[in-house]
Amino acid sequence: MATATDRRTDIGPPNYSRFLPPVIKKNYGQWKYHEILKPGVMVHVAESGDKLFTVRAASPRLVSIKKLRQFADLADKYCGGHLRFTSRNNVEFLLTDPSKIDALIADLKAIGHPVGGLGNSISNIVHTQGWVHCHSAATDASGVVKCVMDDLQEYFTQMKLPGKLRIALACCLNMCGAVHCSDIAILGVHRRPPKVQHDGLNKVCEIPNVVAACPTAAIRPAMVDGKQSVEVLEERCMFCANCFSVCPAMQMADPLNDGVSIWVGGKVSNARHEPMFSKLAVPYLPNTPPRWPEVVQAVRTIVEVWAKGARKYERMGEFIERIGWPRFFKLTGFEFTKQHIDDFRHAGLTYKRSAQLRQS
Amino acid sequence: MADSNGKQTPLLDELEKGPWPSFVKEIKSMAKESPMCQDLLGQLEKSYGEKRGYWKHGGIVGVMGYGGGVIGRYSFLNEEFPHVAHFHTIRINQPSGWFYTSDAIRTLCDIWEKHGSGLTNMHGSTGDIVFLGTQTSELEPIFKELTEKDFDLGGSGSDLRTPSCCVGQSRCEWACYDTMQLCDHLTHHFQDELHRPAFPYKFKIKCAGCPNDCVASVARADMSIIGTWRDNIQIDQAAVKAYADGGMNIERDICGNCPTKCMQWDGKTLTIDNSNCVKCMHCINNMTKALRPGKDRGATILLGAKAPIVDGALLSSVLVPFIKLEPPYEELKDLIERIWEFWGEHGKNRERTGELIQRVGLGNFLEAIGVEPIPEMVAHPRENPFIFYEEYLEEGDEEE
Ligand code: SF4
Ligand code: SF4
Ligand code: SF4
Ligand code: SF4
Repeated sequence: MATATDRRTDIGPPNYSRFLPPVIKKNYGQWKYHEILKPGVMVHVAESGDKLFTVRAASPRLVSIKKLRQFADLADKYCGGHLRFTSRNNVEFLLTDPSKIDALIADLKAIGHPVGGLGNSISNIVHTQGWVHCHSAATDASGVVKCVMDDLQEYFTQMKLPGKLRIALACCLNMCGAVHCSDIAILGVHRRPPKVQHDGLNKVCEIPNVVAACPTAAIRPAMVDGKQSVEVLEERCMFCANCFSVCPAMQMADPLNDGVSIWVGGKVSNARHEPMFSKLAVPYLPNTPPRWPEVVQAVRTIVEVWAKGARKYERMGEFIERIGWPRFFKLTGFEFTKQHIDDFRHAGLTYKRSAQLRQS
Repeated sequence: MADSNGKQTPLLDELEKGPWPSFVKEIKSMAKESPMCQDLLGQLEKSYGEKRGYWKHGGIVGVMGYGGGVIGRYSFLNEEFPHVAHFHTIRINQPSGWFYTSDAIRTLCDIWEKHGSGLTNMHGSTGDIVFLGTQTSELEPIFKELTEKDFDLGGSGSDLRTPSCCVGQSRCEWACYDTMQLCDHLTHHFQDELHRPAFPYKFKIKCAGCPNDCVASVARADMSIIGTWRDNIQIDQAAVKAYADGGMNIERDICGNCPTKCMQWDGKTLTIDNSNCVKCMHCINNMTKALRPGKDRGATILLGAKAPIVDGALLSSVLVPFIKLEPPYEELKDLIERIWEFWGEHGKNRERTGELIQRVGLGNFLEAIGVEPIPEMVAHPRENPFIFYEEYLEEGDEEE
């Protein structure tokens, strides 16, 4: 067993400069412009005239070491051993010889990785762990993403949309990956208050912590069958699962009521409109594994309404702001319900506070 | 039902179909040599059948001397699927910009092949390399081999989470500061805060080179460092003309979309009233050969973004409108430390910086960290008349 003295610690990540291709080292900070040459392929041109070609391919985020070694082999074959990953889980191959691009694309396709995701396209879906690996998932992540992208793959491999479209998925309200500012956000939701496992709750959890964890003060200490535990005022519960995050005896998973909500119109870039949050489009769709047809259909509906109606460059949120929410619901056919109206803090700011309405 | 040899997975098999890369294929590709992956398939198949997850959270596991970097994960179905009874995640601090050589990838794969499931996320939401699924006994050996190859763990729990950044100047002509260098510098400088959780809750830093914010810092980071400039957009008029000749409707699509309408195109010359340009990037994004950010470059620092848990989602808001970012970044590090000091003292358990600011008020927060209030920090001044003052005058007091 290693002792504290012969261990290396606190060394931090390896310095990136070890991994940069020579063309990048040479032209670092000296790039002049870039152009998208075709779907998934772009060139960056440096002041020196040097060119760097990037080929972007989709990945399922969950990748095996076998696949990573295949990527490494492709990087050796085409790119002098250089590759990178993007913030949206795509893999990028960095070339200096454009004559190799098509062969690389063919090799990527042969191992099941389509090339695209640049320009006016749908890039990969940022997502989370789901049933594969997380304790608090209200839906699966990788599975839903796979189904939605199987359906939308044409928009990844082609650039036929009016602007960029960013989709993200989180399997619970913790939102690892903060999906709340996406053009389309798919969000797993619980809809039933926690089922308290009174047996032994006070052994695995600190009762004051459990009580304090609830943002709506729905939890209070209680004696149940002679056991120290907590009770939940169910009408106050908004199913956030924060209590479960601090105490596993507050069971949230509930197959009958868990499912998926869909949000639209968020963005993070500052281009044109300031960043904005996504807003609720569909409060609940059931979990229907393995292919989640209802979710796939709803996402496609939104994409198509936007693709048809948006002006050049217009992101989902800008488009909806222009046409108005009533028309968004009309065009998509989604029902507007009580659940669409905010009732948390500062809800009043989201009410329509003018008579500016389209009346026809 | 799928048995622990993972032989039958009719539901998951459906996810091997279709054109998008399949995570099920990835797991299955490892199932022959990894009993862990077999049991993962078995448990996941059951999740697909029963529509629920079977993972228990938590349990403190980690490597000696560190409080973060490993997420403990246990199965509720440990008898049915014993090989995933323990299925911990390891976060490994990615190199800035997610660049690798094929050798570095193989090094990581070799370590993970020996000590875990062989499944990864490239990358996790915060930016780390994620090794998905191993047992407690493997943690120290993995850590030893990783550090021998110059890799270290990332953050988890109530600590500085692994900072991340866009490609910045390594490839992007719009980067207004060296995101990769700053990210690497901050990560190394704050190693202790990253490995030994001592904060009220997590703290994320993300470095974006320009207002396009490719790492979603404004939505995802407690501190969002977004590159910008304060002089004039560089214009190549001949290249603008070439866009027009190539059929671009500059009047409608570029000038018409400028949020402050500070651009004009008369068919020959593009003029920009730079004093009204809010650096949104729209025009630059779409005329890459003709327009470039100015030369006096730095960053805007915004503070406080978070996802909904606990008290509602927040976007970051402006703290410093413009700061020059050059090594050794003393001014920025000093600011970060003042924020942590106040948060460490006044933040409640599991309260993010943004929530603390909401609770005490941005005005009070600024006072505490020694930053002057300025109009750039607000969308507009307050609308409500309930104004707090700490002191009032008594009869006979001298007016100041
Ligand atoms: S979003 Fe929720 S369920 Fe999904 S990985 Fe994050 S914490 Fe787990
Ligand atoms: S789920 Fe959220 S609102 Fe409901 S009891 Fe738990 S902490 Fe409170
Ligand atoms: S954030 Fe700006 S500088 Fe960074 S990669 Fe994106 S466009 Fe380039
Ligand atoms: S960067 Fe944005 S605000 Fe500035 S001139 Fe261009 S379009 Fe207008």
